[in-house]
Amino acid sequence: MLIAVLSGFGFSLAAIWIARIGRLRGWLFALLPLILTLYFLSFTPAIIAGEVITASYTWVPSLDVQLAFNLDGLSWLFALLVSSIGTFIFIYAGAYMADEPLVGRFYAYILIFMASMLGLVLADNLITLFIFWELTSFSSYLLIGFNHKDDAARKAALQALLITSGGGLALMAGLILLGLAGNSFEISTLVAGGGVAEHPLYVPILLLILTGAFTKSAQVPFHFWLPGAMTAPSPVSAYLHSATMVKAGIYLLARLTPVLGGTDLWHLLLPAVGGLTMLVGAYLSLRQVDLKRILAYSTISSLGSLVFLLGLDTPLAAQAAIVYLVAHSMYKGALFLIAGIIEHETGTRDVTALGGLARIMPAVTLAAGFASLSMAGIPPFFGFVSKELLYETTLGLQDTAVLFTTLAVIVNMIMVAAAVLVFVRPFTGAIVETPQTPHAVPLGLWLGPLALGTGGLAAGLLLSQVGSTFIAPAVSAILAEPIEVNLALWHGINPMLILSIVTVLGGLVVYRYRHVYERISSRLDTSERWGPAQWYERGLDAVLMLGQLQTRILQHGYLRVYLLTINLVVISLVGITLVTRYDFAGQLPSTDLHFHEAVTAVIIAVAMIYVLFARSRLAAVVALGVVGYGIALIFVFFGAPDLAMTQFAIETLTVILMVLILYRLPSFANFSSRGQRTRDAVVALSVGALITTLVLISTTIVQPSLLTPFFAENSVTEAQGRNIVNVIIVDFRGLDTMGEITVLSIAALGVYTLLRLRTPSQRKVDLTAAVETGEIAEKGKSEEAEGVQ
Amino acid sequence: MKATEKRHAAQSLILLTATRYLVPILLLFSLFLLTRGHNEPGGGFVGGLVAGAAFALYALAHTVHQARLLLRFPPRTLIGTGLLIAVGSGLVALLFQRPFMTGIWSAVELPIFGKLGTPGIFDIGVYIAVLGVILQIIFELMEE
Amino acid sequence: MVIVLAFLTGGLYACGLYMMMRRSIVKLIMGLALLSYATNLLIFTVGGLTRAAPPLVPEGETVPPVPFADPVPQALILTAIVIGFGVLAFAVVLIEQTHRSVGTDDSNNLRGIEGES
Repeated sequence: MLIAVLSGFGFSLAAIWIARIGRLRGWLFALLPLILTLYFLSFTPAIIAGEVITASYTWVPSLDVQLAFNLDGLSWLFALLVSSIGTFIFIYAGAYMADEPLVGRFYAYILIFMASMLGLVLADNLITLFIFWELTSFSSYLLIGFNHKDDAARKAALQALLITSGGGLALMAGLILLGLAGNSFEISTLVAGGGVAEHPLYVPILLLILTGAFTKSAQVPFHFWLPGAMTAPSPVSAYLHSATMVKAGIYLLARLTPVLGGTDLWHLLLPAVGGLTMLVGAYLSLRQVDLKRILAYSTISSLGSLVFLLGLDTPLAAQAAIVYLVAHSMYKGALFLIAGIIEHETGTRDVTALGGLARIMPAVTLAAGFASLSMAGIPPFFGFVSKELLYETTLGLQDTAVLFTTLAVIVNMIMVAAAVLVFVRPFTGAIVETPQTPHAVPLGLWLGPLALGTGGLAAGLLLSQVGSTFIAPAVSAILAEPIEVNLALWHGINPMLILSIVTVLGGLVVYRYRHVYERISSRLDTSERWGPAQWYERGLDAVLMLGQLQTRILQHGYLRVYLLTINLVVISLVGITLVTRYDFAGQLPSTDLHFHEAVTAVIIAVAMIYVLFARSRLAAVVALGVVGYGIALIFVFFGAPDLAMTQFAIETLTVILMVLILYRLPSFANFSSRGQRTRDAVVALSVGALITTLVLISTTIVQPSLLTPFFAENSVTEAQGRNIVNVIIVDFRGLDTMGEITVLSIAALGVYTLLRLRTPSQRKVDLTAAVETGEIAEKGKSEEAEGVQ
Repeated sequence: MKATEKRHAAQSLILLTATRYLVPILLLFSLFLLTRGHNEPGGGFVGGLVAGAAFALYALAHTVHQARLLLRFPPRTLIGTGLLIAVGSGLVALLFQRPFMTGIWSAVELPIFGKLGTPGIFDIGVYIAVLGVILQIIFELMEE
Repeated sequence: MVIVLAFLTGGLYACGLYMMMRRSIVKLIMGLALLSYATNLLIFTVGGLTRAAPPLVPEGETVPPVPFADPVPQALILTAIVIGFGVLAFAVVLIEQTHRSVGTDDSNNLRGIEGES
């Protein structure tokens, strides 16, 4: 199972090369999700039998993070959606992006997304789940901003990232608290254990996790990033922003229903937010003329319905949610892909500028017809079943039946109108002149939408099989108990059927009089000024302003003042702590001093003071060298021959370095006034005094080292070396050394770059000089030769 | 390079003669430090520094160009090679199903070097990388 | 000697910081060098000063004869010395290039020139 999840990441590395094969690349890429689909389908008998397939791999044992995967009915259904829809999306994208030069990059991103989404729905560990969750946000960011030269795309990508990863932060806090409250980070253990709902931290846990889920699934008031995300290429909109990623929040809520659900707060918040989102999404969808935005807002509305249904957490509501989710993934995915085809062929997505496409693209029209009928909830399509179940659920509510049934009917009427709008306007009527002249649509483009559209029909016709195979295991997983699901198209004449008929008729009326609707709604509308999108903008501006202000105050650019500030802060903080907390009564360290040590110390002291007052640079460099050699001597005296040798070598090299560069630098200059000098001297001396005190204090505290005996005992036996210092460097702490030589290499490359890459004006001067001597050509050649070597 | 060539003309005879003997001695000494580093004072860091100093001395006495010729490889290649050797020595442990950078020792006993093992190879990587770093900096500055 | 080294370390810090707070960028380099000496000496002194033998195991033994100098701070300082050189070289070249392209050695005048050069 690990391979199934991670294969997408692996292939994304190779995507750029696979994409080079040309036109067939979409079909080739689609093999991976196809294989995954078959792989997950192979579990069908086990899942129907109610088995749970688990797989666990150690990842970060020290933090108790496992790559634990758990395939139960719910995960399985999501994994199937992700991989099967992925198959069609990948084929479609191959044709849709046939002329896109960066198509390899696109596949790399979308493969990352697919793998992350699979990891998310299969993860059994809260931390693993969170990491995959963030990876989906991240890949969504890359995909929305795929047309990175487009300002709007970049902005929308950033907006989506900020909103979803902001929610992700809340989610992380919530999941960690949940893990602590439930004493386990394994979801399966949490579900089995229970008791979180009575925990004192339950309210913060629920609020934090809901924030994460609501941002991801575009619930009001976080919904506004989703329409913005429509700047992404259409396969992305279909895949991420309608069929799968935005359902991650729904998945999380469904997954955690047994753990967090069933409380009053859950029953209050989810239906309230979901209901509001249903209404707002539906209301806004019919005000759009851009095909993709109509679909985006209707997706928000559908996500609201799902949250609403999960909030009721009755068996019937869970069943309705899963049916709705599957139906929606199919018809909305198909419609987004069709919107992409229309834009691809005609150059516009404005429904009012389209018409008569049915004659040009019959296959697409058929797909669009199926998908729209499913969206409108016409029997025998699957969408009809989902709507019936929704009505059955709301009618079954105790106190709020009337309120929520009315809400559902109104929302669904608008959805019917939207479905009619996206089908009737572009496809029927007379052919309208469009920016591009549409021609026959290739197989790669229409296959996906047609398959998804037909899927909605097939699911409706094979209802009982679909119910027992796909829906029942998922519903059982949500409720953590086995549930029987009996779906049927025909229940006889009952209230739900009447409501359905009313809905369809009402929807047609809304469609007919939609200009009236628009006129009324635009008069009512204040979201332009007061909507959450404006709050987001203002918040972002405020953060930027704060950043600028903060930079202006703190980052003024005077190095000396930085140093002064740092030093003063250190002196005051450490000094105050020392004075108030430390008892100075302790004895001083041993005072024994050998003559040669004293002489060395005096030499160092004299040399360092000389550096301060030296008038010439050379004298200062020599004095510095004396300090360095003096310190090397101290290393010799106190049992550190390795250090002494290193210090001697480095000192020699430092002197060479200084001499080489010194004469290209200006000579010493005194810029500061006497007052400034005195101030700096006082501060510097205070820091020095502080350090001296700290050294004296710390050397009187004898704390036996734990490391030293370990290294001393194991140096020969474990690491086969008798020089313990060297053994630490190359063996015990070899990884640190690796980092250190890397840093050194970067410093050397930095020097190289600084010397070679001048500002343009300088380089010009150098170039003319070099050309005169004929040097540059030779130099270039020899460098090339070196590079080859 | 112009400047160093001019300097060459005014090269001190003492320096030239001294380097003729000093450079080989220093290089040998640096190798000596490297090989015995695991058991006695020494090691890749100090060995690389001494070797770097030897080449720097040679470049001062002759020219950077000649020092580069003596070195055969450009310093940047040395940096990369050193890092690769260091990483490679860590990867050996993976072949033996051990965590990255676990010391793997062979039973082979070499005359001066002592037992052959990955930490020793790692130290060679350090030596080469440090040498490359030092010479990259010093040569670039001298050529300016 | 610990007391002497404590004062020496403090003195090196004071001198280094004083030099770094000068406006002349050449003095800044000197300050940087002094500061790295100071830090090495600080670790060395605080790590436990002993006139004992270096941390070497005699041939044929498995543990060094007690007392021996603590190898841990030594290993820390050894790499710090070399890295200090790398950093110093980089800083020196950076400052040299700055001086060359800006034409001033007064760090006060280095403000806000990024856009202009």
